[in-house]
Order: sequence, then C-alpha cells, then structure tokens
Amino acid sequence: MRTLTRTIVVALFSLPLMSGIASAYELVMPTLDYRTGPYAPNGIPFANGYGDYLNMLNERDGGINGARISLIPCETGYNTKRGVECYENTKNEGESGALVFQPLSTGITYQLIPKASVDQIPIFSMGYGRTSAANGKVFPWVFNFPATYWSQATVFVQYIAEQEGGMENLKGKKIALVYHNSAYGKEPIRTLESAAEKFGFEFMALPVDHPGQEQKATWLQIRREKPDWVMMWGWGVMNQVAIKEAASIRYPMNRFIGVWWSGSENDVLPAGAAADGYLSGAFHQPGDGFPVHDDIKKHVYDKGMGLGERERIGEVLYNRGMVAAMWSSEAIRKAMEIHGTNEVKGVHVRDGFEALEVDEARLKELGMEGFTIPVKITCENHEGPGQVALQQWDAKAKQWNLVSDFYEPLRDITGPLIAEDSAQYAAENSVTERSCN
Amino acid sequence: MIYRETGQFKANYQDDQALFPIEQDRYVIFGILFLVFGVVPYLMNEYWLNAILLPFLIYSLAALGLNILTGYCGQLSLGTGAFMAVGAFSIYKLMVAVPDLGFIPLVVLSGLITAAVGTLFGLPSLRIKGFYLAVATLAAQFFLIWLFNKVGWFYNYSASGMINSPPMTVFGFTITGPEGNMTAKYYLVAAIVAVFALAAKNIARGRIGRNWMAIRDMDIAAELIGVRPLIAKLSAFAVSSFYVGMAGALYFAVWLGSAEATEAFDINQSFLVLFMIIIGGLGSVLGSFLGAAFLVILPIMLKNILVDGLGTDSALATHLEFIIVGVLIIGFLIVEPHGLARLWRIAKEKLRLWPFPY
Repeated sequence: MRTLTRTIVVALFSLPLMSGIASAYELVMPTLDYRTGPYAPNGIPFANGYGDYLNMLNERDGGINGARISLIPCETGYNTKRGVECYENTKNEGESGALVFQPLSTGITYQLIPKASVDQIPIFSMGYGRTSAANGKVFPWVFNFPATYWSQATVFVQYIAEQEGGMENLKGKKIALVYHNSAYGKEPIRTLESAAEKFGFEFMALPVDHPGQEQKATWLQIRREKPDWVMMWGWGVMNQVAIKEAASIRYPMNRFIGVWWSGSENDVLPAGAAADGYLSGAFHQPGDGFPVHDDIKKHVYDKGMGLGERERIGEVLYNRGMVAAMWSSEAIRKAMEIHGTNEVKGVHVRDGFEALEVDEARLKELGMEGFTIPVKITCENHEGPGQVALQQWDAKAKQWNLVSDFYEPLRDITGPLIAEDSAQYAAENSVTERSCN
Repeated sequence: MIYRETGQFKANYQDDQALFPIEQDRYVIFGILFLVFGVVPYLMNEYWLNAILLPFLIYSLAALGLNILTGYCGQLSLGTGAFMAVGAFSIYKLMVAVPDLGFIPLVVLSGLITAAVGTLFGLPSLRIKGFYLAVATLAAQFFLIWLFNKVGWFYNYSASGMINSPPMTVFGFTITGPEGNMTAKYYLVAAIVAVFALAAKNIARGRIGRNWMAIRDMDIAAELIGVRPLIAKLSAFAVSSFYVGMAGALYFAVWLGSAEATEAFDINQSFLVLFMIIIGGLGSVLGSFLGAAFLVILPIMLKNILVDGLGTDSALATHLEFIIVGVLIIGFLIVEPHGLARLWRIAKEKLRLWPFPY
C-alpha cells in the first residue's frame, strides 16, 4: 500500500516535469488514437496500421536512418477536448518534441491548425480536416495530401457521369448526400452545390446526427424522394447503420458511394450479402499482398509486438494507417536529408513534408509498389496529386476491389472554392499569405 | 481549536453581515486567492494551465451558473450546453463585428445576450416544475443547437460550420487566437471567475437569493409570504444564464479557440455541468468548484497516473478511468448525498469543536 501511494505521489508530481532522459536521440511521434467510444471500430484498425508500420521500421531498420521512433499513444475517444488535452500533453515530449500530429478527426484538426504554426509542429491530416489547407500559402503547417474531400466529391460526380453516359446526362438527375452532421460531414456540401449548379443535377443534403445510430427518417426520405445516386460522408457506427438501412429499403448498392472513411470491412460486413456492390472512395489498395505486409508480420507480429490481430492486417483502414505512417516517416527522412542531421525537430519535419516526393520507384523500395499514388508536395500545393479511385465491396469474397482508375479532380470547381475559403481564414485570423518563390 | 470563533466579537452590523463572518474563513479565502494569483501561474507549465486549470475554472463558472438556477432556486435545467453555445456564438459574432469594444466587455455582453435567451426559455417555469421543466429546457438544448448548426449567419457561412476565435488582446496581452499568452489567459479567466463567484455568494445571501431559496423550498408558501414567483424564477434564469453564457464565451474564445455547435455544446455538456453541481453540492458556491474539480481534473489526473505513471495501455486506461470515476461518484453520493460541499461543512463543524468534542 505504502509503495503504491508513493508511486502515485511520485507520478503525480513528476508528470509535468517528465522529459525523456534517453541516451540516443529519439523521434517522438504521438498518435491520437481512439480505441474507445462510438468511433472505435474505425479508430482501432487505423491506429494499429500506423503503429505497426513505425514499429516495423524500428525493428527492421532501427528506426529512420538509425534514429529510433518513440510512439506515444494517447486516447481521444474522437472527442475534441480530449484530443486537445492529448496534444498539449505530448507536444513537448522527449528531446525532439512531437514531430508530426495525425489527428484522424476533423474536429481535432480544426483545433490544432492555429496551434501548429505557434508550436511549430506540422499537422498531417491525410485526406481529411480542413480542405482549404491545401493552399500552402495560407496554411504552411498543415498537409492534407493525397486528396481532399472536395476533390473526392468532384471525382464521385465524374464517376456518376461516366456511369450515366457522359457529363451532359447529369442534367435532371437527383443526387443525395447523407452526411455526419459535423464539420467533417459538411465539408463536401459547398462543392456539390457548385457542381449541381454547373452540371444541372438536383442536390439534396440529409444530415445524420452524432453518433448516427438512428437513421430511419433519413432513409425514409430517400425512399420517398428516390435519388438516382446517394453519397455518404459517414464515420464510425454511422456507416454500418446507413448501409443496413439502404439494404432494408432495397436501394441499389452500386449507386451508393461512400467517402473513403465510409469504406472499410467494418462498415459493410454487418449488412452481409446485401452490401454487395457498395462503392467507396480510395487512394490505396486493400489487402495484405504487398512485401511491406510480410515485413510487418515478420518483424513485428512474429516477435509478439503487434498492436492488433494478425488476421486483420490488410484491412482497408489498417492499410490507411500504414500509408499515413509511411508518408510521415518519409517526410522525416526527407527532413534529415535536407538538414543533414538525424536530430530533427517539428520545424525541420515541416520542410520535409513540403519537399516530399514519393514516386513509383520509392514505393517499390518500400515494398509498396502500386499500393498508392505517387505524391509530390510543393510549397503552394499541400494537397498533392488530388487523385481518387473507387473501390467496390464483393460480399461473396468478403473483399474490396479497386474498380476504377484514379480520376483527376475537377480543379475548376475546387480551385476557386479553396482560394475563397483560405482567404476567409486568412482574413479572420489576420494571417498574411506567404510567397512561394 | 482551529476553527474556534470564541473571542471574535461583532461590535457592529457591518461585521455581523460580512461575507465571511469568521476570521479563519477570511484567511483561507485570502490564502486561496494568493495561491491562485500569486503562486500557481509561476509553478505550473503550459500544459497544466491550458489543459487542466483553464477548463476547470471555466466549468466552475458554468457550474456556478447552473447552481444558481438549480441549487438555489430549485429549477432543474438540462439546457446548460445550449446556453453555453449562446454565449459562444454571441461572442464570436461580436468579436468579428465589433472587436474595438475590447474583450472583457464582449464577454459580459455575450453573458447579457445569453441572459435574455435564458429568460425566454425560463418562461415555461412559471407553469411547470420539476421533471416537466427539465424536459422544457431539454427542448431549449435541442432547438438552440439545431439553430446554430442550421443557420449559416451564426457561423458566418464557413464551409464546415466551425467558428474560430480571432486574436484579441486585453491590456496588451493576446488572449484569444493561437498566439494567446497562456499566463494572461489564466489570469483573465481566474479574475472573472473570482469576481463572479464572490458576486454569486453575495447575491445568494441577500434578498434575491432568499427569494430564490423560498421558491425552491416551497413555492406556494413563498408566494403567500409575498415572494413574486414571476420575478424570482425569471431572475434566477437570467442570472444563471448570464453566468453560463460567460462560461460559454470563455470556453470557446479563450480555451478551445474553435468550436462546432454539435460537438462542443451537445447534451453531454448539459449533463456534465448538472453532475458537477449534484456531486459538488446543490446550493453552494464552494460545491460548484468542488464538482468541477471532480469531473474535470480527476479524470485527467487518473489518465496521467495510469498511462505515464503506471504504463497502462492508453485504451485500457480510458476504460479504467470510466470505472474509477463512476465508482467514486457512487461512493461519494452514498457517503454524502448532499455533495462534497456538505462534507466540507461537516469537517468545519468538527474542527470548531476539536479537540474537545463534548
């Protein structure tokens, strides 16, 4: 009892003073996980993929260029306030301080965007968060490659047009958006409104409140209005419920497209065979057939250090966590190369992100040939390629398959919107645009 | 012995009516104020100030507001989250529209706007009470949040419905925005909370507070002795919403920096503040602070001890935290159903007699 009390007292008083007294320079990478709460089914595989890849680098190569990675998990429960607490708690950890944050929540990303420039830590909101952060002139510390929600929305419009037989056939069609009623879900609305105006289709937006277990009314409305296509911006338990509800009103699954956060095994399995043909966005391959997966199994799972279950390696969200870790670690490697030292800090890693170039050849070296699209980031373009493909669920084989090529986004729609939104942010927060020459 | 008031003679009415009639209490209060303003900001690092003390102070202010309504006047409210949202969206619109007024007047102004809204939603309390009133305030919660989410004017038509607090200064120190000075933020919030906590204590023991308590204890009897329920109930709603609105304004502008109506001010927020005053003690200023400490500081401390101190897995630690906080809430309520403030009152009584209890 006495020792326990002492441990607690010591822990209590040493918390604010704790700093790494490690002998070698460690690369501190905090992860804001959520393994609890209504979003845990999606949060867990992502966190496992992110952590496993970095642990694999530690075990296989001894870290990045010989500097070991120190992973610091912090549980947010997808709750913004807890996320901010986690950020404050981990940002100064160790000698290097936090090198990059991957919030995996649009709400937390919005909180961290203004803090990032002050604390000089880059935010890598991979394919989520604030879309206008693609404008690197206004948001030097935020990176949202490989594509934004707005690019994705325009890609879905193009896919629909292709299925309907051309852009001109969009006229008079009805497209519904079922969205999580939060900052995240609202992101594509403006883009789809502009697209509706431009191509002459009818657009209807149907909000679903957190956490999304109750959607009867929404789907009743869809049954009544009979939209030709339904898009979904959902997350967590909302996805499963939506797909089950769609199945129950017999909405054709091959006309139902989810954002890439609404397209994992967890989302479609509960609906069983009825989910067959459901579509979603994607920027990487599903499955565990790449050499990098073998390395993870060999160096991490065979040693009993895996964060998740061995059978679940290669799930969509697992691979997404892995690709996020890959780009982050490549940015750190680039930062080491630019600054000629292993002892990089957040400010250096930002430079690494801005000069990041992961092409086909580099992907092959990493054991990820054809796994994802090549990415090249510049000072003004933090969105990178912006290309999106579609994947489709095969309920018999229980697997996702990419069913389309990577589409270019309609930049004539997204470009002005990004300029407008980032200008509004700059004006409200008195940020001056930096020059990129 | 420690708390003996023997020999503290009150020679005039002023002494007898002092806010803290016992000398020892005054020392304690001055001691706490000295700690809060003189010592804490120099001892604590940024993490403590920003992640622990700021939310604690802001939630204390919200709990104080709800305690005025529920603890002193006996009107149950489940609309705290929505009233905080009114404060937050008011200050956002004001900060964008009239930044020249200065930050502190804007906080007070958004409190006043919330007071007006709160009074409006307090009108049903004249006809219904108890659980039925709780349901009526629940309607306020859902309606207001829906409104802030639906009508673009409130968030200046931003694409995501988020509001961001633009940078503002108080006496030359940046208070809001990313470059806010942490110590200045702490001082500002602590000062506002201290001033309004003293004000609450003063209101509660005066004529208005006694009217509230009369209504709480038995409204028909209160009416018979000449308390006007209309004035008493609506003033409780107004003052309570004023406090809650200021708390909401500080919560958004100083602490979070950006917020969306559906997440930051949802129904859980209302329950959280309600639980604070139930655990801390209904009808007690001290109870509001103790309740806020219990529900804001304790979970973070537990997390830090479990994860950093004992090396528990972060997800397991969160589950353990739910269990421990839940057990403690039940435990405290069994030991003392009147809340933590009551425990302190009992301790005070004992200390008065100690060491000769007979």
